[in-house]
This record gives sequence, structure tokens and C-alpha cells, in this order.
Amino acid sequence: MLDAAFMCRWMSVTAAAVDREAARLTDLDSAIGDADHGANLRRGFTTVTEVLTKETPDTPGAVLALAGRQLISTVGGASGPLYGTLLRRAGKALGDATEVDRERLAEALGAGVAAVAQLGGAAAGDKTMLDALLPAVEALGASFAAAAEAADAGALATVPLRARKGRASYLGERSVGHQDPGATSAALLMGALAEAAA
Amino acid sequence: MNMLINVPETVVADALRGIAAAHPSLTVDVENRVVVRRDAPVAGQVGLVSGGGSGHEPLHAGFVGPGMLSAACPGEVFTSPVPDQMVRAAAAVDGGAGVLFVVKNYTGDVLNFDMAAELAEDEGVVIAKVLVDDDVAVNDSLYTAGRRGTGATLFVEKIAGAAAAEGAPLERVEAIARQVNASARSFGVALTACTTPAKGSPTFELPPGELELGVGIHGEPGRERRAMMTSREIADYAVQVVLDELRPTSPVLLLVNGMGATPLLELYGFNAEVHRVLAERGVPVARTLVGNYVTSLDMAGCSVTLCQVDEELLRLWDAPVDTPALRWGR
Repeated sequence: MLDAAFMCRWMSVTAAAVDREAARLTDLDSAIGDADHGANLRRGFTTVTEVLTKETPDTPGAVLALAGRQLISTVGGASGPLYGTLLRRAGKALGDATEVDRERLAEALGAGVAAVAQLGGAAAGDKTMLDALLPAVEALGASFAAAAEAADAGALATVPLRARKGRASYLGERSVGHQDPGATSAALLMGALAEAAA
Repeated sequence: MNMLINVPETVVADALRGIAAAHPSLTVDVENRVVVRRDAPVAGQVGLVSGGGSGHEPLHAGFVGPGMLSAACPGEVFTSPVPDQMVRAAAAVDGGAGVLFVVKNYTGDVLNFDMAAELAEDEGVVIAKVLVDDDVAVNDSLYTAGRRGTGATLFVEKIAGAAAAEGAPLERVEAIARQVNASARSFGVALTACTTPAKGSPTFELPPGELELGVGIHGEPGRERRAMMTSREIADYAVQVVLDELRPTSPVLLLVNGMGATPLLELYGFNAEVHRVLAERGVPVARTLVGNYVTSLDMAGCSVTLCQVDEELLRLWDAPVDTPALRWGR
């Protein structure tokens, strides 16, 4: 079963992964965006871990909601509201339960991903974080490892796509051939979930 | 890359402390990243709040003052500010007549301002929003996030700011801002890529002897790359693509904008070419502004913005303004 401490661990593993991969995220972003994705996410997840160390909520839902609120307040750009909404909505969907199982978390993340799709007006195939999140949440019903693998595969599959949302969309055809930085960071988040569960 | 900075993490805060030191007419909250005109809130006057990533100076903090913006929210370099900044700004400038958010059409800016509008309204501030999307380089807006907001932002902020200064109600200020945006189009050209402090190297590779046509203001590549053109050829191209979409039937305001690293000598020469093209096309120019106003860090290059005006918009453009980067009439 997954409790508040597990969710805190997920967030701190994510922060470490984002910190480790910040330069790669920024390089991907400089090809089709504006070269700030790594620095922005690192700033956000660093403050998430700081806040969670100071006050640890009692429930898994409250941990994710607090993390999401923190991302909205610190990341900026499109990533702040999008990642913030993902975690906040997932946290709210978990409710007051003190422990949840993997299937319940998959459902909650599904609600978060739906909120992200609505906020950004994006769908599968638009070359966004959704291309990693949608298959990952579906695979999470099977196992944590499957979710991480599905997210990685989804991020890789954005390479040949033409961006239809966000700053990369302004490049039109020139966005083809580059991996989407948002899908890549979403894969880091799902990889961290598998690592926290291992 | 040599840069006049301490460390990348503090460039925005350091610049804000410098703005505060240079401009006593502004209240600068460095910690919360909000720049407010010192006499705000002005009772009964609509407040104008704008914001966006840093790196476009003087946009937006340089346009805060009587006759233009009430407050600006600078984000990290090329990154939208966060909702907390906008909510603070709105609260600081609300004189009881409501607040207009001026938002450039980038996904991050739109999402953060949308969230801020909800939060500010929860706190009892009436919010209206105008989206600036003047960039003709992005043409298939049906399938993308739409056209970008670039040079027209200056026209929207100045003219809507003048309307607010005259005491126009929120609906009117919003309508004027929308009219200005609908009447304005821009096109940008990069002669070099820019370098963000965080990355420390150019955001895209542009070999010497080539230029990017149709760039935005975030160091992203444009819609096409060609061999370097003369100032005359660039003016012919840029003005034509703007006129293809704008087709003005009355005089225009012209902004010949530098991206940050192109000297005024070159911008004025380019302005002469732009005036030549407009004269050839029979488009009268009512007013011209030349300089670095909506920049992209150290990018070399320029953009052209045309805004068709009627007598009312021209009068509001000429109205007094007193900000660090734009000042006339008083």
C-alpha cells in the first residue's frame, strides 16, 4: 500500500532525476523551444522537496496536492500550471485516504492527466507531455515498471511528430525530428514513481 | 560566452534591484517579482497589469508608469511569471475600477494569467483580459496554439493605458485593447541566435551569412532560413508579409524594433527602407518608433509592427506617458 511517506519519496526521487537530467531537458528544449525547461522544473521540484521536508501532510492525496500547488507557484511557463494541475488534481482525486493501492493511484493520475489535457487543450499526438502520460497511466494498472516503460516509449515516439501545442508549434514542420522536452520530463516523473516503488 | 552577470540564478532579481535604483517612480518588490507605479492604486482608474518572461527589456517593467502600465510581473528569463505575482500586482493596482491583464499569446503566459484571474476574482478584484497575437510568421493558427504576441504588445499597453488614464471604464479599456491588437501585425527577423544565461550558449545554430525569417522573441528558430539579405531586401520581405495580412485602409503606427544587439545605426537605416516600402505601397505612416523595445536578450535582428489607427487611437497614442522606456507629452 502507498502512504504519504511514499508520495514524498516519489517527489524527492523526481527532484533528483530532474536535477540530474536538467541539462538534457534544456538541450531538448533549445532545439524546438526556448531552452528553459530543465532549469524551470529543477527550480520547482527543489522547492517541492523543501516544502515537504518542512511540513509533511498526513495523506498521499494531500502530499500530491501540496506539491502541485508549489509547482504552480514556482515553475512558471506552461510547465508550472500543467505539472501543478496534474499533481493537484490527482491529489484531490485520492481524497482523505491514508493509504491507497496502485490501481487507485492510476485512477487518480488519470483524472490529473484529463485535467492537463483540458487545461492545455491538447490531445494524444500533439507532441506534448500527454504523449508520455497517457500510455503511462494506462500501463500503471499493470505495474509500476510497465508505466515507466510506457512513458519512455511515449516520449521517444514524439520524435517524428509535428508539434501542435506550445512554443514548439510555432516551428511547424521544423519541430519534426526532435524529442519533446515535456514528454521527456513526464517520463522522468513516471520513472521516479517506479524507482520509489522498487 | 561573456555576460555581465553574477550567476544565472539571480539575473532577474539583480536586474530588478537595478531597476529600483534607477527609477524612484516605481515600487519594486524584488522578492515577489512585482513592479508597480509608485502612486498606485489610482482611485477610480482601471489598472493595467502585464507580464511575461524576462529578457525582453524594456518590456514590461520599462513601461510601468502614468499613461501606460500600472504594474508588471517579470518571470524568469523567457519563462512566464507565476499566478502569485499577478494576483499581488492586481491587488496593488486595483483602484476600484477593475484590472485589465495584457497577455501575450504563449501557452505559459495564457495558463498562468488564467489561473491568476480566477484567484484575483476570488479576492474581489474584477479582471478583464486581452490576448495579444500579432505575429504573422505563424500562419496555420487553426492547428497550433495560435499566433504569438510580440511587438503589438507595446501599442496595446500604450493605447489602453492612455484610455485608462482618461478614466475610461474597464469594458471600454478592454475593447480598445482588443481593437489595437486586431489592428496590428508583426514580423521578426534574427541575424544571430540569442544566449540565455541559464544555457550559456546560443539557443540555435545560425551560421554566419544566414538569417532566420519569422522569429518570435524567445530565441526559438523562425519559419525559414535563408542566405543573409540586405536591409532593403529584409524590409521588402517583412513589410510585404505584414501588409498581406493587415491591408490597412487608414494611417499606421510603425514600430521598428531591435531584438537587443542590433545598433541604432542599422535600425534607422532599416527604418528608412521600411518607410520606402510603405510609401511605394501607398500606406501613410502616422507615427514611427525606432529602438529596442521588445527584445530577445542579445539577439541581433529586428521586427516590424504596423498598427492601423483611427483618430481616437492616434489621439490615445499621442497622450502623455511617463515610464522609464517611453516618455512624452508632459
